[in-house]
Amino acid sequence: MLEIKDLHAGVEDKKILKGINLTVNPGEVHAIMGPNGSGKSTLASVIAGKEDFEVKKGSISLEGEDLEELAPEERAHKGIFMSFQYPVEIPGVTVTNFMKTAINESRKAKGLEDMPANEMLKLIREKSEMLEIDRKFLSRSLNEGFSGGEKKRNEIFQLAMMEPKLAILDETDSGLDIDALRIVANGVNKLRSKDNAIVVITHYQRLLEYIIPDYVHVLFDGRIAKSGGKELALELEEKGYDWIKQEVVV
Amino acid sequence: MDLKDKLVSSFLAFESKVDVNHPVHDIRSAAIKNFELKGFPNKKQEAWKYTSLNNLQKIDFSVFPKKENVLEYKDVKKYFLHEIDTYKIVFIDGIYSSYLSETTHDGVDVCLMSSALTKPMYRQVIDVYFNKVASKDESLTTLNTAFSKEGAYIYIPKNKAPRKPIQILHLATGNEAALLLQPRNLIIAEENAELQVIERHQSLTENAVFTNSVTEIFAAKSARIDYYKVQNDKESATLVDNTYIDQKDTSNVSVHTFSFGGKLTRNNLNFYQDGERIDSTLKGVTILGEKQHVDHHTLVHHAQPNCESHQDYKGIFGEKSTGVFNGKIIVDKIAQKTNAFQQNNNILISDQATVNTKPQLEIFADDVKCSHGCTIGQLDEDALFYLQSRGIPKKEATALLMYAFANNVLESVRIPELKTRINSLIAQKLGVRVGFEM
Repeated sequence: MLEIKDLHAGVEDKKILKGINLTVNPGEVHAIMGPNGSGKSTLASVIAGKEDFEVKKGSISLEGEDLEELAPEERAHKGIFMSFQYPVEIPGVTVTNFMKTAINESRKAKGLEDMPANEMLKLIREKSEMLEIDRKFLSRSLNEGFSGGEKKRNEIFQLAMMEPKLAILDETDSGLDIDALRIVANGVNKLRSKDNAIVVITHYQRLLEYIIPDYVHVLFDGRIAKSGGKELALELEEKGYDWIKQEVVV
Repeated sequence: MDLKDKLVSSFLAFESKVDVNHPVHDIRSAAIKNFELKGFPNKKQEAWKYTSLNNLQKIDFSVFPKKENVLEYKDVKKYFLHEIDTYKIVFIDGIYSSYLSETTHDGVDVCLMSSALTKPMYRQVIDVYFNKVASKDESLTTLNTAFSKEGAYIYIPKNKAPRKPIQILHLATGNEAALLLQPRNLIIAEENAELQVIERHQSLTENAVFTNSVTEIFAAKSARIDYYKVQNDKESATLVDNTYIDQKDTSNVSVHTFSFGGKLTRNNLNFYQDGERIDSTLKGVTILGEKQHVDHHTLVHHAQPNCESHQDYKGIFGEKSTGVFNGKIIVDKIAQKTNAFQQNNNILISDQATVNTKPQLEIFADDVKCSHGCTIGQLDEDALFYLQSRGIPKKEATALLMYAFANNVLESVRIPELKTRINSLIAQKLGVRVGFEM
């Protein structure tokens, strides 16, 4: 589904990603771990199409289609969703209106009519209940004054609404207490299917106890330094990242 | 003959149409002298540094419309807030249109300045209020005073409130090649009275219209007035709006100005707080394109202790449009515990658009809270990416962000139908169909 080949990307003269290779197949969950500054969030942003980053070499494709020329919204229409590490506050636009706009714009891009209002309401109700989101929360301005946990839960609510092919969760566990973590992970697990894939970016192993990955990759200095099964996450938790650094140096 | 000379000589003709023995005529005569002395403001004056009326003075404006013009309601319906029941005071080319209007004398007076200035029953009110808060010095205000004859007259007695909002609508037919309009409004809310007013100036053709309007508003003790100005005129229209507000103890007055159209618009909005625990709100949304120009000059004069003022102006400027915000706050020495807040935020969406913003604070008291902030920037790129990553195309995402940017000014609009209308005007102005509620 997602095919990343020798991806080099950065900001101006600064190289951040220095040759990433990654293949994600439908039905798989991949975890990308790594120390701060290793390029995890950059990788997520580059896949989502953030223009601040320049792809200098290599390619990213989704279902065989090269993404390079596509704007962020077009990537979203193809089925890419990124849950933000720091969701942006947008005063004046409610969660509900934002979701209506997002869904209908995506439908429009596919040549579909707007989703009927009653269907939309039903979907909103269903997904918000799944994530144990209070109804009042939906009429608040997007992310404005939300706690860290509320912002993350709201991201997963959007994920549930959009039903993407590829979900990238960027540090979704940060700022979540254990109850919220369980709710969020449950939500993500319910969306897992043989047709979609999930990339979980995280610093800690904690989230991976709930969203169990098929593969774990360790990102270090802009490259994937090590890949393995879910047991690799436990090893990292135990030993930290230093031994990876040493392995790379050796 | 230049416009100033034409106006001064027209005053003689004007005198033949009004009662020169009425005391108001002494006020007019003094006013024309002031205008004759000062003439039109020019860019050498600090207050007019960024707004030029030079081109306007080259146009041969008719000072009086040649004939009475008629319009069908169906042709102008869209300029009314027709979704709700309102009183209406409507003028066509400066002349009152009785069949488009709905006035009242049922407990409150919602009627005409021409009646108030001539009929003996209004004489006492006119003596007390007319030209009392309007400047006797500012040249365009005095020009209006000199020719003051017609406009809206609203008088709400103690503890009263009209049953519904009042719309003041000035329509220009364009039957004259170029027309000068000088409406004069007087609005009085006595103790504990309440009212809501919506004012709009609209030309119907591309012929030039220059409106030099003066509105005097008096809010007595505990009165509440909400005033909404909708400025979405044609590219040929120039508006100078001079509004003067006098507030007494514990009164609450808000003025919202929505500036989306017109060639040149100058809003001189002046609040004089003459009492304690007064609340004044000045808000505006400006969205411009092409070569449009809007200049907001606000003044809030805190002359007594324990009062508040809240100013919040948002501007979005595209193409070659230009904007000015000059917000002056004066806090007198005795006006302790004043809380004055001023905010002006602007977004430039074109490299060729310009904004000049200037807070001007003159504070003579020592125990006050005055905050002010002005920003000129572009849209938040992170927010734009966030919306795009959810499948909202850049154009719609931009509109959504601009809508959100302007939205907190709309929150205080207390007529829901008006809020809806302004929302759709914003969408129209931004050129998008947006899926969110408007």
